[in-house]
Amino acid sequence: MSQTPTNEHTETHRQSSERRMRLNMGPQHPSTHGVLQIVLDLEGEVVMRCDPVPGYLHRGTEKLAEERYYNQIIPLTDRLDYVSAFNNNVAFVMPVEKLLGIEIPERAMWIRVILMELQRIASHLIWYGTSLMDLGAVTAFLYAMRERELILDIFEMACGARLTYSYCRVGGLLSDVPPGFEEKVAEFVKAFPKAWKEYTDLVSKNPIFMDRTMGVGVVTPEDAIDMGLTGPSLRGSGVDWDIRKNEPYYGYDLLDFAIPLGTKGDCYDRYLCRMEEMLQSNRIVEQALKFLKPGPVKVDDPKIALPPKELSMSQAEAMQRHFYQVIHGFNVPVGETYGKIEGSKGELGFYIISDGSSHPYRMKIRAPSFVNLQSLPLMTEGRMVSDVITCIGTIDIVLGEVDR
Amino acid sequence: MGLLENKFKDSLITTTVDSLLNWGQEKAMYPLLLGTACCGIEMMAVGYSRFDFLERYGMLFRFSPRQSDVMMVAGTVTKKMAPVIKAVYDQMSDPKYVIAVGSCAISGNIYKSYSTLQGVDRIVPVDVYIPGCPPIPEAFGYGIIELQKIIAARRVIRKQAVTPEPGAQPRTNVHEILRPGHIKLPTAQDYAAHLDDDISNQEQDGLLESGSGRRRE
Amino acid sequence: MPIQESLQVVVKKLQDKFGDSILSVQEFRDEVTVRFKPQVWLEAHRFLKEDEDCAFNMLIDETAADYPLRQERFDVITHLLSLGKAHRLRVKTQTAEHIPSLYPVWKTANWLEREAYDLFGVIYDGHPDLRRILLTEDWEGFPLRKDYPIEGYDI
Repeated sequence: MSQTPTNEHTETHRQSSERRMRLNMGPQHPSTHGVLQIVLDLEGEVVMRCDPVPGYLHRGTEKLAEERYYNQIIPLTDRLDYVSAFNNNVAFVMPVEKLLGIEIPERAMWIRVILMELQRIASHLIWYGTSLMDLGAVTAFLYAMRERELILDIFEMACGARLTYSYCRVGGLLSDVPPGFEEKVAEFVKAFPKAWKEYTDLVSKNPIFMDRTMGVGVVTPEDAIDMGLTGPSLRGSGVDWDIRKNEPYYGYDLLDFAIPLGTKGDCYDRYLCRMEEMLQSNRIVEQALKFLKPGPVKVDDPKIALPPKELSMSQAEAMQRHFYQVIHGFNVPVGETYGKIEGSKGELGFYIISDGSSHPYRMKIRAPSFVNLQSLPLMTEGRMVSDVITCIGTIDIVLGEVDR
Repeated sequence: MGLLENKFKDSLITTTVDSLLNWGQEKAMYPLLLGTACCGIEMMAVGYSRFDFLERYGMLFRFSPRQSDVMMVAGTVTKKMAPVIKAVYDQMSDPKYVIAVGSCAISGNIYKSYSTLQGVDRIVPVDVYIPGCPPIPEAFGYGIIELQKIIAARRVIRKQAVTPEPGAQPRTNVHEILRPGHIKLPTAQDYAAHLDDDISNQEQDGLLESGSGRRRE
Repeated sequence: MPIQESLQVVVKKLQDKFGDSILSVQEFRDEVTVRFKPQVWLEAHRFLKEDEDCAFNMLIDETAADYPLRQERFDVITHLLSLGKAHRLRVKTQTAEHIPSLYPVWKTANWLEREAYDLFGVIYDGHPDLRRILLTEDWEGFPLRKDYPIEGYDI
C-alpha cells in the first residue's frame, strides 16, 4: 500500500468502508489475456483490494503427465504457454535428458537455440500487440502480427505446425530442418531490426502511452525478489539475472548478447526491457546460425531415439524397436531433477520425479506466469482501475501457463 | 419467387422476408471473442494481418455478449469455466449461433481429465465445428462459410417442421455436471416417492447422504 | 562432475547447524537435495535465507508429492535459488498433513502453497489465506493425490 495516493478525497473515501464496491473483472473480458478473473474492491476509482482468481483454464496437465510416456507429454507442454510452445518443449525434455544422462547432438542443440530465440521474439510480439491493444492502440497489433507470421512460417517449415509444434523429442529433434531453412532464418534476421524500429517509433515516445505506463505498477528490486518474479519482469526492476547468462545452457556462453535492465521498475521499464530483448534475441539467432553444421539431430541410442523411417520400413529389427518404443516408451533411471530455461516469461522449470518406469511419478511445472501474476496486487492496490489493465499487460501472463 | 418474379423493371427487386433477414444476418455477423486457450491466439491471427478472414466476411469482433450473435468458443472449456460460458450464451440475443473452434471445444482433445469439460456442446448447442489443434486459418474461413449456409437456409416466417434427429442425445443440464460429488438437492418427486418410507431407512436410499467422498456411479 | 564449491559450504554449514535434524543429503546429476525433519522446516528455511554463505534469497518453487503407501504420505519440496551466489538447492521434508507455512520467509510462498493445498490437501499452518486457487471453491477431493482417478468422479 506504499503507493496509495495522498489525495484528500481518496482519504475520506477509504475511511468509509460503506462506499466500497466490488467489481468482477473477467473471466470473459477482452483485457485479461484469456480467462483470468480479478475481484476488485473499489472506492470510487481507486483499487483498495485486488484478488486475482486463476484456474478457469486448469486442465490437469500435471495429473495427465503421470500416466503418459515421456515423449507423449511433449504435446501437453505445447499447450501450457501457447504463445511460446517451443520453449516449453525444450524445458520439458531438458530434465528428462539430464535424468537419462545423455547429451544431444550439436546440430540439434543449435537448432533448438535458434528456434527458442525466434519463439521468444514471437511471444514478445504477441505481448506487444495485446498489451497495447488493451491500452487502446489497435494499430500496434497489426504491425506485431505481420512479423509474427514470418516467424510462424519458419516454424511451419521446420515441423509443419503453426502454434503447437511438438518438434522436440527426448534426445534431439523429430527430424532435421528442411533445406532452405537457414536462408529463410537469415532473411528474417536481416529484416527484423527495421520492423522493430517501426514498433518503437510507433509507441515508445507516444505521450499518451508514457503517461499511462510511467510510474505505474512500480516494483522495487527487494519486492521483486521476495515475490519471486523472474524474466523481464524481474529485470525491469533492475535485478541482473538471466539464466542464459548466469547459468548458461546450450552454448549460450559462446554467444554475445546483452541483458537489458530497467531502473525504476515501472510498467514503462518492463516495456523497454521486452522491446530490447527482441533485438538481443535477433542477435543470438544471427550468431547461432554460424554454429549450425551438418550432422545428426537425434542421439545415437536405440533405446531412446526412434529408428529412421527407411530402416523401420525395411528391416525387421528396426521395426521391432519402433514398435516397442511406441507402445512402451523408454525407462528413465530412478531419481529426481529440475530443469530450467529462461523462457519468454521468466524461469520456466520442470521438476520430474522418476520411479524408474516409462512415465514420470510426479511432474511439477514451475510456471513463470503463475508466480509473476502473484505480484499484481502489489502493483495495483491503491491505484486506479485503468492501471490494472496496464499492469496485467506488462507482466505478460498467459493463462494456459498460469492454470496448467 | 413465384408470380411476382420478373414482373417489374430493374428498379424493383422482389424477395421474401426470409431471404432478406437471412441476407442481413449472414453478411454481418458479430462474433463474440471468447478465446479461452490456444485457439484464441490463432483466432486473433485469423482476424488481423495477413489473413484478415473476418472483415472479408463482414465480421467484426465484439467483446460484449449483448452486441454479438455468433459465439466462437476457441479453446478448452473447463468445469470452472462452463457456467460462465453458459451465462454468456444466455446473455446473447436471439437468433444466436455457436462455433466450436478446435478439438478441445469439440471433444476435450487430449485433456480427458478431472477438470475438463468434454466438449462445449454439453452446455450450449453448437452449429459449426471447426476441427484442428489449433485449426489452420483457412479452416476458420471454411467454418464461417458453413455458418453462412446454415443462416441462409433458415426460415423465419414459414417455419419448418422440426423433426428430432435419430439418435440425438438429450443435452445435460449444466448444473448437473459442474461439481464432482456435489450434493444433489432432492426434488418434489423425490420426496413424493419417499413419503411412505420409514424415517430410519432414509440414510440408505441416499436422500440425506452428504456429498463427501461419494463416488458417483 | 563435482558440485559447486559454494554449495559444499552450504551443506557443511547446514550439517553444523542442524546436525541430527538432517535426515539425508543427496547429490544426483549435479543437484543437491537436503531432507529435513518437519520440526525444523521453517527454521531451516529462515537460516538458508539469512545466512550470508547460503543467501538463498529467492523461493523458486514449492510443491508436494504423494506417496500413499507411507505413513506420512506427503513429501513437501522447495527449490531455492541464490541470485548472488548463483546456486540452487532442493529441500524436502515429509508430513502426514500439516507443515508450517513459508509465507513469513518469502511472499512467493503464498500462491505456491495455496496451489499445493488445492491439489494435494497439504495444510500449511500459519498461511494467511489458505483457500483453493485453481479449482472451484466447493470442489471435493484433492486431484493430484494418487488415489484420485484421473478423470475425476464426474461425467
